Amino acid sequence: MTHQDVANFAESWGLAFLFGMFAIAIIYALWPNNKTKFTKAAHRPLDEE
Amino acid sequence: MTSLASLPTINNLAKSLTSLCLGIGALLALMIVTKTTSAPMAFHGYLMIAAFVLGIIAILNMGFNNNGKIKADLSPSGVYYNDTVIKAGVIAAAFWGVAGFLVGDVIAWQLAFPALNFDLPWTNFGRLRPLHTSAVIFAFGGNVLIATSFYVVQRTSKARLAGEIAPWFVFWGYQLFIVLAATGYLLGITQGKEYAEPEWYVDLWLTIVWVTYLLVFLGTLVRRKEPHIFVANWFYLAFIVTVAMLHLVNNMSMPVSFTEPKSYVLFSGVQDALTQWWYGHNAVGFFLTAGFLGIMYYFVPKRAERPIYSYRLSIVHFWSLIFLYIWAGPHHLHYTALPEWAQTLGMTFSIILWMPSWGGMINGLMTLSGAWDKLRTDPVLKMMVVSLAFYGMSTFEGPLMSIKAVNSLSHYTDWTVGHVHSGALGWVAYVSFGALYCLFPWLWKRKDLYSLKLVNIHFWISTIGIVLYICAMWVSGIMQGLMWRAYDSLGFLEYSFVETVEAMHPYYIIRAAGGLLFVIGSLVMVYNLWKTARGEGNAVTLDNARPALAQ
Repeated sequence: MTHQDVANFAESWGLAFLFGMFAIAIIYALWPNNKTKFTKAAHRPLDEE
Repeated sequence: MTSLASLPTINNLAKSLTSLCLGIGALLALMIVTKTTSAPMAFHGYLMIAAFVLGIIAILNMGFNNNGKIKADLSPSGVYYNDTVIKAGVIAAAFWGVAGFLVGDVIAWQLAFPALNFDLPWTNFGRLRPLHTSAVIFAFGGNVLIATSFYVVQRTSKARLAGEIAPWFVFWGYQLFIVLAATGYLLGITQGKEYAEPEWYVDLWLTIVWVTYLLVFLGTLVRRKEPHIFVANWFYLAFIVTVAMLHLVNNMSMPVSFTEPKSYVLFSGVQDALTQWWYGHNAVGFFLTAGFLGIMYYFVPKRAERPIYSYRLSIVHFWSLIFLYIWAGPHHLHYTALPEWAQTLGMTFSIILWMPSWGGMINGLMTLSGAWDKLRTDPVLKMMVVSLAFYGMSTFEGPLMSIKAVNSLSHYTDWTVGHVHSGALGWVAYVSFGALYCLFPWLWKRKDLYSLKLVNIHFWISTIGIVLYICAMWVSGIMQGLMWRAYDSLGFLEYSFVETVEAMHPYYIIRAAGGLLFVIGSLVMVYNLWKTARGEGNAVTLDNARPALAQ
């Protein structure tokens, strides 16, 4: 395995992997079904004590 | 109130095992004391022996004569939160804060009047400067983060901290780390890496403490009553995990002997430089940003009594920071031996960071919608809102300075110092002060702070101090950069180096005066917090505070 191989892997599969993970995070944040859960969570600091 | 939980108890096996480990630690420290040729390291050996022996006594004393039961107050939601360790944490934070600010101002005066070095090795700028940076970032900031994370993870998970010894081990172990690091700098022990100065044995100790911190945090999350993990905990978790990773990689080194402080880094040349700034910038991104955003996402809504403006935005904010920050480090190495593409990569990611940073700032500020009037009556909230404004300002200025053309003017000048301090004083310290002003009345069960008027005085004194500081550094930094690059008609440098130093003198005095105001402000805060804990002024004891249950 040369430096070039590692660089090529990082520039292709590494990029795709990180981009995919980020896309999943964004989809999770915007998924309509999660809205009620998130609204509840936004109020969490306001619980008593 | 849900079902009455039973008082937390301490496990005897855990007591014996931890004491045994500390005993082994004391023996290793004794070995260092007897074999080392370095007087400062021998001193550290004695410090460690004392700390470990005291630790064993404290552990054996836990739950002693009380059937292994630990004293704790039952919260209205039926959980025995571990608040004592948080009380210790906020006191330590206030103490180290004042100490760190004070040392910072001393070295600011030293820069204006070098005679203040006193020609002593222990008080010269080179040794006091890391003492200042470590004291404010790791001692003050670190204690604020540990204390607030312990508070937030318990409240948002409705669970007591995992372990009885472990949280205390994290707290006292971290203080020992601070003392070893700080005394080491003054006595001349350093590995010369910025923000990572402690030598190998102190690094190893911090690793043990930090892994325990991670386990306590994860263990508490595992016990949570709500399925969804609140966003502030994500920020804290990212801070803990990333700092562990950064610390381990950047401190890979080989000691010359197990009883000598000196070690050699495993990396060399430009790889070492890149690793160091990968560490350095992510210390900014994950220690000074992600951790304190955890504070913001709990304390701003709590204090404003409004829900988070957009919870979705907070998730996007979190993941964008995680995916972007880690690449920004190379912008510290523009125009060096680092490959051009790596410099450009660092610059590009720094500029992309504008978006999540401002998204997060807007999210924090908009949390006040419907509660803006509180800014007139609550100086604590005012302090937090100004901290968010400074977060926005310094995360705008940072990417700007990472642009190569701008960096060619700003690098190595006071502009960088001013930038760091607008982030550190304006954002990190202010959001921490806000959290401390919240936590003291909450933890000591007081209705309010001793005096809100004093908070307002603190706010104005230190805000004027910050403005003096950063404006002086903008002027002197840009002037310094322009003087360095000025050529005369024959192509010679217009100014000698010492002429630039002379030109900066007035701004150094303004900066030191601004810093002095900041120190005075922090003393006003400590007085206020002390009176609050004592229950004086408006800090009357809450009626519904439950007395400690005897059994």
